[in-house]
Amino acid sequence: MKKTSSQRKPFMTHAGGLFFVLPSIITVIIFVYGMIAWSFNVSLTNKNSVTQKKLEYVGLKNYTDLIHDERFTHALTNLVKFTIVFMLGTLITGFIMALLLEKGIKGEGFFRSFYLYPMAISFIAMGTVFNWLLNSARDQEAGGLNLALQKIGLGFLQNDWYVSQKGAMYSMAIPAIWQMSGYVLALFLAGFRGIPDDMREAARVDGASEAQIYRHVLFPQLTPTLLTVLIILGHISMKIFDLIIGINGKSYVTQVVAVYMWEATFDKHDYAKGTAIAIVLLILIAVVVVPYLRYNNKQQAYR
Amino acid sequence: MSNDLVDLITAKPSVRNKKRKLTGREKFWLIFRYVSLAIIWFLVVMPIYVMVINSLKGVKNVYLTNAFKLPTKLDFSAWSVAWNGADFFPHGLSESMTRTLIFVVQSSIISAIIGSINGYVFAKWKFKGSNFVFTMFLFGMFIPYQAVMIPLVRLATNIGINKSIYVLVLAHIIYGIPICTLIFRNYYEGIPNELIEAGRVDKASMVRIYRSIILPLSIPAFVVVIIWQFTSAWNDFLFAIFLTGGSPKLSVATTALNFITGSSNQVYYGVNMTASLIVSLPTLIVYIFLGRYFLRGLLSGSLKG
Repeated sequence: MKKTSSQRKPFMTHAGGLFFVLPSIITVIIFVYGMIAWSFNVSLTNKNSVTQKKLEYVGLKNYTDLIHDERFTHALTNLVKFTIVFMLGTLITGFIMALLLEKGIKGEGFFRSFYLYPMAISFIAMGTVFNWLLNSARDQEAGGLNLALQKIGLGFLQNDWYVSQKGAMYSMAIPAIWQMSGYVLALFLAGFRGIPDDMREAARVDGASEAQIYRHVLFPQLTPTLLTVLIILGHISMKIFDLIIGINGKSYVTQVVAVYMWEATFDKHDYAKGTAIAIVLLILIAVVVVPYLRYNNKQQAYR
Repeated sequence: MSNDLVDLITAKPSVRNKKRKLTGREKFWLIFRYVSLAIIWFLVVMPIYVMVINSLKGVKNVYLTNAFKLPTKLDFSAWSVAWNGADFFPHGLSESMTRTLIFVVQSSIISAIIGSINGYVFAKWKFKGSNFVFTMFLFGMFIPYQAVMIPLVRLATNIGINKSIYVLVLAHIIYGIPICTLIFRNYYEGIPNELIEAGRVDKASMVRIYRSIILPLSIPAFVVVIIWQFTSAWNDFLFAIFLTGGSPKLSVATTALNFITGSSNQVYYGVNMTASLIVSLPTLIVYIFLGRYFLRGLLSGSLKG
């Protein structure tokens, strides 16, 4: 980006600016950081039921309990399964979409607009549809996706989907991939188009084949985009909640960390456990996001 | 400019579309691309297609085995049932849709105003430590809201605000501060500092410069932020379910829909599909008419916009 002389020169320090953002700063400190601290505080107590009258600090007991809690490890395993399939699937699908479109093609606007619309719809609404279509009935009784698979000659792919014992989380990834691929498409399309045409042309003049151009010229330029995509998908995946609830409610087979937290809080009124789960989730996400924010901050400084 | 990404995406590639005769191999790849694009198109459209056609089959004639088949004759009765309710379907969507619309519009407008002021300061009137504060804001955008939810519910219950829809207005304004500030800051970074300096030479105050120079230029950013907040508040389920506790009196679009589909009564799939379509329509309409602005908000969330 071209810098004008005045853009390079930083502005002076302005206390006046601080005055106007102070209300927001205080709000963020209270409602983000304060509430996190409060949550953490609750997670250190024995507030494990509504009837618990005598509140005491129990140290990290709620956290160590989680390690031995079969339901929690189940939810965590589910989350890992889901995350792997969801991230890979969305990354690959979105990248293929971007590859198909990046050179420009007649009707691109039409395809692009359609590919991006799922982003505007809620997981809950989509969950209702997928809850119905991913029905587990097969062969003669089949309907929805299983029937569609039979019709196009892929009957062997028929599946129990989200009620299956082993594959439930993988089939949960299908609607998630469906919904988020457009995001990846948008990011990669921007990445591709941010590469100056000269680089392509130069490689072509040097006699590189199309495949070589992609491999050695274009793909290396997309590394920052790939990083962004992975962070974005990673934090969405770890927080996944609405989608699971929308399709399969609180069912045990498809419980993930966020859903288990909800169950502990709402159904069991175990606030200490609920906050402990939430803090674990926060840490998992912070490990991914904080380095990204710092990296981003440094990039901004050079801009 | 700060809107680089969307401009890049929607730009027509210039050099690449040279008009000349295609070689056989190029022709093959072109056909291959169109076929692949069409297959993906069908997959992407499929759920909406299922919603629409099954909403037109009436209440009783909807089975999973004919989920993909067009209706033999048009029957709009599922629409009126999903909207107004019926004996066998007690919770029509009309009330929760209206409630959602009102609260979402309020929270997105207020969010935009706050975001604009913050963005102006973070872009043009940096103070000592403002970059650090800004990064602190951004972290608030990525946190799992579960980590603040239990204290938030406690607080809302203690001051009694959880009995009104304003609890959601406030929640979306507060937790929308980071993204709204980010979008406006990025937008204002693209406005040349010369404009501000010209104002300062004329002895205009910070507020004056905002009002007469910055604000008139801000309309696109306002559209982006309002659309973004509108869509995310409309589609939100987490805050709604925690803060209103699933109380039917405060149900919003998503919680109402989830209640309908999660109920163990006899399920009317035609009505369910219609209900999901109704709940999706407002954000879909916004996307259809203002997709470009929606895309801007979406990409800002990646911090790259």
